[in-house]
Amino acid sequence: MTCQETGLLMHALADGELDLTKSLEMEAHLRECQSCARAQKEIHGLSNLMKDSSLRFTPSPTFEKRLRSAMRRETKEKPANARWWRWSMAAASLAVVVLTVWTIVVILNRPSSDTVAQEVISSHVRSLMAQHLTDVPSSDQHTVKPWFDGKLDFSPPVKDLKEQGFELRGGRLDYIASRPVAALVYQRRQHLINVFVWPAKSGSRSTAQASVSQGYNLIRWTNSGIEWWAISDLNLAELQQFVQMLQG
Amino acid sequence: MPEQSSSAVRFEAVVLPHLPAAYNLARWLVRNDQDAEDVVQEAYLRAFKFFGGYRGGESRTWLLTIVRNTCYSWLQRNRSRELTDSIDDAPEDVTADFANPELRLMQNTDAQMVRAALTELPLEFREVMVMRELEELSYKEIAAIADLPIGTVMSRLARGRKRLHSLLTNRMGIETKGGAA
Repeated sequence: MTCQETGLLMHALADGELDLTKSLEMEAHLRECQSCARAQKEIHGLSNLMKDSSLRFTPSPTFEKRLRSAMRRETKEKPANARWWRWSMAAASLAVVVLTVWTIVVILNRPSSDTVAQEVISSHVRSLMAQHLTDVPSSDQHTVKPWFDGKLDFSPPVKDLKEQGFELRGGRLDYIASRPVAALVYQRRQHLINVFVWPAKSGSRSTAQASVSQGYNLIRWTNSGIEWWAISDLNLAELQQFVQMLQG
Repeated sequence: MPEQSSSAVRFEAVVLPHLPAAYNLARWLVRNDQDAEDVVQEAYLRAFKFFGGYRGGESRTWLLTIVRNTCYSWLQRNRSRELTDSIDDAPEDVTADFANPELRLMQNTDAQMVRAALTELPLEFREVMVMRELEELSYKEIAAIADLPIGTVMSRLARGRKRLHSLLTNRMGIETKGGAA
């Protein structure tokens, strides 16, 4: 583990949010790296300082009393309205049932690309969180591409775009849409881009479609029988520029 | 005193124990006693309306989500300026600044100073700090309450700590190694 990798993990460790394996790796690093160990101590110190400073505000007893009586007023049964209320609830429940059925029908019928998008997002987030970004860390396309040989039933196109400002960080095996896929990792400044690649179901060609989900930009396209998905927290304009270079 | 309906009784039993957490969160978000009381009361009445949709489980997370939303709509109505300068969630180096100053000196920091520094933090950082450090909520709970991806919770927390740390060290007039504070 390197110092660059420890940034956020240091906080997760202090907060007890790391799994056992990661905690052990972090602790091993902290034993060896003085500056990270010092930073870790600072985080703990700050947390303790906040806990010791009695920063919590407590509601006054008068407010609690006022709140209780406001709630009583609001929540007491209103008999005059009860019948009307019951009917409108019945109507509302019916509306909910109709809406639910309709939604299910729509979900069952819609193309699977939304589910794939969800898997792409999850996989992207997981790759950043679990520090399992790459299986083959390399900025050399001639190292990354052959690494996939024998691991996949296709050979993913790997491009070096370092000169254009998108550095290849490596590759990884992943599993999306019920099949093993290649994940290529690029970096633009501090932003990581995961590019997922697998053979398309049909040989058709489709132009790039962009979407935003959970704060991530996604672009998907199909080209020469290959399905591509690029995802990143990078801004859309630069991600599009990146996609154009991959296509070019 | 009119008869309480059974759902009203259940509602009180579920939400009243969380009043300290609800008040603390609201008080840190709106930064004023009177306003915090108004917001909490509004949130509790809203919560009762949604109570039919509450299916058991984490009642604190459920209630705090409503409290936070109520705070945000209150801020929108009354202090929209505080919401406009929203922060950039791009990753940044969050370790660098921790390595410099001497936190051990902070043992001398008085609580008032910490309180003032936390009050000054931008809303986005303040809320995750309050939820994590004061309410001791997990990343997952904070993510649910603030409707953020866990990664964003993590990075806001890291950046919030970094800022708080530098506010405190600056305030104590500690010279960093470079000499410029």
